[in-house]
Amino acid sequence: MSTAIHKSSHGSVHESPKYKGKVLPLEYTSHEGPLNILGFWIFLATDLILFGCLFATYFVLRTHVDGGVTDKELFDNITSFTAETVILLTSSFTSSLAIFAMRNNNKKRLIGWLIVTVILGLSFVGLELREFIEYYHEGYTMSRSAFLSGFFTLVGTHGCHVSLGIIWMISIITQIARYGIDAINARKTFIISLYWHFLDIVWVFIFSVVYLTGVVS
Amino acid sequence: MSQPTMNGNKAPHVPMKNLVGFLLSLILTFAALGLGLAHVMSFGMVMFIILILAVLQIVVQLYFFMHFTESDGPRYHIIGLAIAVFFVICIIGGSIWAMTFNSQAL
Repeated sequence: MSTAIHKSSHGSVHESPKYKGKVLPLEYTSHEGPLNILGFWIFLATDLILFGCLFATYFVLRTHVDGGVTDKELFDNITSFTAETVILLTSSFTSSLAIFAMRNNNKKRLIGWLIVTVILGLSFVGLELREFIEYYHEGYTMSRSAFLSGFFTLVGTHGCHVSLGIIWMISIITQIARYGIDAINARKTFIISLYWHFLDIVWVFIFSVVYLTGVVS
Repeated sequence: MSQPTMNGNKAPHVPMKNLVGFLLSLILTFAALGLGLAHVMSFGMVMFIILILAVLQIVVQLYFFMHFTESDGPRYHIIGLAIAVFFVICIIGGSIWAMTFNSQAL
């Protein structure tokens, strides 16, 4: 009873491949699927190094404020960055629920959870933009001090990643709506969910290293 | 006969694993926040604990959400990530270490 038959919309009916006695999820059933997923893990590894460099820069420049605003003064609005953190954590959860729905072959729920994730992602980016605009109006721009350069580069790069992820996810939602859950769409959805969780991990470090460090210092 | 599902194994109706992961991630976040606001320990000590909580958060994301252990063969992605983590530790640790010789302010 461990063989499930999938009919992919790209034609062939085939028996699920197995590994160590376990039937593999749909996204691993095509020839390219597992390769694409491995490739994406390696991309995430390189992206991790990119963020690592930005974190190192921020750490080193954190105290170089040139007589201007310090991190303690800048991050006094605890509710704002905590809200951003909770929103992103929740969106990470909802995108994992999307994968759960996909593996139960529930197209409606899969699309529903992806839409919830996109909405949460948009509200995260909105909050972050509001925060940046607020800083800008107070004169805390990127060119004010080395600390602010490091801050805007690190948090801004993360924000760009999230914005890109939103566009990417919307395009995948349209493809699922059009072609349903097949091996190709399953692989695409699994990869975007990996990307989304990765951004959540990076944010947890921004929350800890940038914002909380500012509060504690 | 149970219904065949996408992962071929009998899938639960309630996403227990995901719920547990979400709960753990919230607990870890608010523990870090509470510790940051409490001002009961030295800066270094607080940072150390907050970083440990952040690392636990990664483990939660990888295990509960990212299906980290899944693969159709040898788990090459774990080797790739391990190398990246090693590089990141070298870059961040090395930068801070090297720059402390050059800066009074750090």
